[in-house]
Amino acid sequence: MHLEHSILPLAAVLVSLLAAIPIILSDRRPNLREMWTLLAGVSMFLIVASMVPTVLAGNQPTITLFEVIPGVPIQLRVDSMGMLFALIASFLFILTSIYSIGYMRSLQEHDQTRYFASFAVAIGATVGVAFSANLLTLYLFYEMLSLSTYPLVAHERNAESRSSGRRYLSILLGTSVGFALPAMMMTYAFAGTLDFTVGGILGGAAPPAVLSLMLVMLVAGFAKCGVMPFHGWLPAAMVAPTPVSSFLHGVAVVKVGVFSVLRVLLDIFGIDVLGAITMGAALPYFVSFTIIAASIVALSQDNLKRRLAYSTVGQLSYIMLGVSLLSPAAVTGGIMHIASHAFAKVTLFYCAGAIYVASHKKYISQMKGLGRTMPFTFGAFGIAALSMIGAPPSAGFVSKWLMLNGALDADMIIIFGVLLSSTLLNAAYFVPIVYQGFFGKPNPEGDLVVASQIKEAPLTLLVPLMITSIISLLIGIYPYFFLQFAEAVLP
Amino acid sequence: MTQNLFIYAIMAPLLAALPVNLMARSYRPWAGTVAVGALIFSAVTSTVVLADVLKNGTIRYTLGNWPVPFGMELIVDPLGAMMLVVVSVCALFAISSAIRSASDEMPGQEHLFFTLALIMITGLMGLVVSADAFNIYVLLEITAITCYGLIAMGRGRAPLASFNYVIMGTIGACFYLLGIGYLYILTGSLNMPDIAGIIPGLDAPAAVATSFAFLMVGLWIKMGFFPLHGWLPNAYTYAPSATSVLMAPLMTKVSVFLMIRVMFFLYTPEYAFDHPDVQQLIIWAAALAIVVASSFALAQTEFKKMLAYVVVAEVGYMVGGVWLANSTGLTGAILHIVNDALMTLVMFLAASAVIYKVGASRFSDFAGLYRKMPITMAAFTLGAFALIGVPPTCGFFSKWYLILGGIEAGQFSYVAALVVSSLVNAVIFFRIIEIAFFQKPEGEDVLRRAEAPLPILAPLVVGAIALIVVGLFSGQIVGGLIAPALPWSF
Repeated sequence: MHLEHSILPLAAVLVSLLAAIPIILSDRRPNLREMWTLLAGVSMFLIVASMVPTVLAGNQPTITLFEVIPGVPIQLRVDSMGMLFALIASFLFILTSIYSIGYMRSLQEHDQTRYFASFAVAIGATVGVAFSANLLTLYLFYEMLSLSTYPLVAHERNAESRSSGRRYLSILLGTSVGFALPAMMMTYAFAGTLDFTVGGILGGAAPPAVLSLMLVMLVAGFAKCGVMPFHGWLPAAMVAPTPVSSFLHGVAVVKVGVFSVLRVLLDIFGIDVLGAITMGAALPYFVSFTIIAASIVALSQDNLKRRLAYSTVGQLSYIMLGVSLLSPAAVTGGIMHIASHAFAKVTLFYCAGAIYVASHKKYISQMKGLGRTMPFTFGAFGIAALSMIGAPPSAGFVSKWLMLNGALDADMIIIFGVLLSSTLLNAAYFVPIVYQGFFGKPNPEGDLVVASQIKEAPLTLLVPLMITSIISLLIGIYPYFFLQFAEAVLP
Repeated sequence: MTQNLFIYAIMAPLLAALPVNLMARSYRPWAGTVAVGALIFSAVTSTVVLADVLKNGTIRYTLGNWPVPFGMELIVDPLGAMMLVVVSVCALFAISSAIRSASDEMPGQEHLFFTLALIMITGLMGLVVSADAFNIYVLLEITAITCYGLIAMGRGRAPLASFNYVIMGTIGACFYLLGIGYLYILTGSLNMPDIAGIIPGLDAPAAVATSFAFLMVGLWIKMGFFPLHGWLPNAYTYAPSATSVLMAPLMTKVSVFLMIRVMFFLYTPEYAFDHPDVQQLIIWAAALAIVVASSFALAQTEFKKMLAYVVVAEVGYMVGGVWLANSTGLTGAILHIVNDALMTLVMFLAASAVIYKVGASRFSDFAGLYRKMPITMAAFTLGAFALIGVPPTCGFFSKWYLILGGIEAGQFSYVAALVVSSLVNAVIFFRIIEIAFFQKPEGEDVLRRAEAPLPILAPLVVGAIALIVVGLFSGQIVGGLIAPALPWSF
């Protein structure tokens, strides 16, 4: 491994953060404003992609910005796990921008300038988390993300979005300031550094009981990972416009939480230390509870976006489960699941938004027979649902297969059972939507739309969701591009 | 030349005070211009002095060339020079905003305001470099008496608040004076380095302890350290905006700085922290100060009053940090003096802007302000982030050192208080942000942009940007300025 000074990580973060300024300035010229968003998205993706060969060659582009605290600079460094996440985030940002433009304009939403400006800052912060070289830098971008997404959650400016926004921020800020910050300081007090180091920095630094406490505080502190009982912000965030739910609350924000937890598990504690402390051994069971409970709650949700949100809560814990199993196959599977879940979940939310734009329907019970008028949308939904369930040949199969193998390697037969039973639960809450969509009888009252007539959402919505669903399949058929990053994480 | 440059920085506001009072009687707009001009000079000169002190070392200056210990000595060490910059820059920003807010709230009395304010600023700048214990008393009284007047110029309950402050402030000054009196009887000297050299050889432990306790209590009243803070909230709330912008960032912070001076340069750290029980008691008091003041802040519905309680909590941060008795905590406390001055400055400037445009600063007056005053509210939001302690704003970094110092010292009640106070700050500020974001002001359907005038807005914006810049350079501030100046190292 070789550190290599490079301005590129900073450029990737800044291009999106600073894009907020021209976006705000071109308030009165929507076309120009949207051009800035797309320009930022494309250039960020190109900058990130240009670092891929370097990272695959085993080098790490690094840039140190400010030495704010002795031994803990604000520093960006790109390693393979960060690269995997940043690639996905910046690629989906382009698609989501196109989708956002279609969605916001079709619904003639208000305050679009604020929306696009907050979005640009949020993506910059997401990539910042992916590229953070130490816990302090990560915490900085993590908080920036919480704060920049608040205007998006509160977008509607009505009573519901007000209370949801309050819930969103109080859980996210409360946990990060109340748990993550003190735990981070304890880490610094014990280890004298916060650098992400493969194998961890806490080995032998503190008694096991204290380490267990710090582990709990750090997992709970990064509540964006959706672990129960700190998951309440995610369903609350569903009042936001659907592009926000799809990308930010399906991919960026929640993955930032999981990514932060993975950094803590792999690079602050390290697999050896985790294996040695009680809480490390208990962690797989702890997140398993979230997997099962979230799936059961999802079954009972009729609001499509809320059902998807609970599905996200469960799927996030898969990723943490994979890594907390500590066996190489499971860790790889867990990290691989970042990619599988990202493309599948973003597709599902895109479909929910497309359905809302085309037919103004939010509830699953209203969607019977809708698949006949929106065949492409429901087709894409079906593919993505397969990936969520983990059926071959979709992306979800690859990661779930690796995790199942990992559970067997680690001799954890209970976890093996959890994975299998949650697969059944996933199927139970996804398959009926697709089945009823295509074969269900439309509700008699109200709907005057002739069932055979095709009425899809605009192309700006349809094209992105087709692309992401196809990628979900492609990853399942050829997983090696993402796998090489996931496999490089463990030495 | 550079040896006595700092004298010019201190004297400029005093020299400007007289013409401001006389000339502005006939032509009022002059008052603000002359005052700002004098303070620009002070701010620039102080910055030059700071650079000079960092390069060439501490300046020791005897007024009128009377030899120490008979003459008055001024010592500009790196920390003193840093405080000179903090005081002069904050004062410049505050006085700039006063150009408009004073004529809005005290029409016809602007020249009186600027005269008193300039004298007060001279007092504050003198305080941070004075090495004469009795001079500090005199200068404390100069700043206090001018403050009484500045507060009483407000409307409504301001005179009563000022009267309260007169009584409490005078009690504080008496304690301080008695402490100096004891020391003078014991040592026969008023020069601080001189006294510091004599004290270790004295055989009167009870008398020295009494003087130390009196000095501490005197300064605690002056800085509003819980439970001696009773005068502070009303004084800051009912004072005219221009006064609170000037007082809030500077008075408490300079008093904390004086406490550090007295503890470590008049006495020694070993002496100050000799009794673990006393130290423990004060840290508990600091933790209590933070929690109680934060809960009072939670109960307010008026922005300035809420800020006043936040200031009381922040005083708890700093006193606690100093009394942790380790270098990390002291670093945090000194850094927090700078950061908190900046944060309170920005927040009171925002209050000033809102009062100028809306007329009052109850929470309900913030309705719809994100549309009406987007720039003010952006600065307000940054200030709120700094007070909550969101990186990379400066508030995060001083809190970092304070919490770390608490962990090192094993003072977990203090650490918990800091965390709780951050959370409370998040609640109180997001409550206002929510009102400003969601609610519409009654009777107004179309919200037009209406920002405060430039003399208020410009310092607000510059201050808000400084919150981030100072945060990003806190490594340099600690490494280059605070760490070398710490009186001892563990």
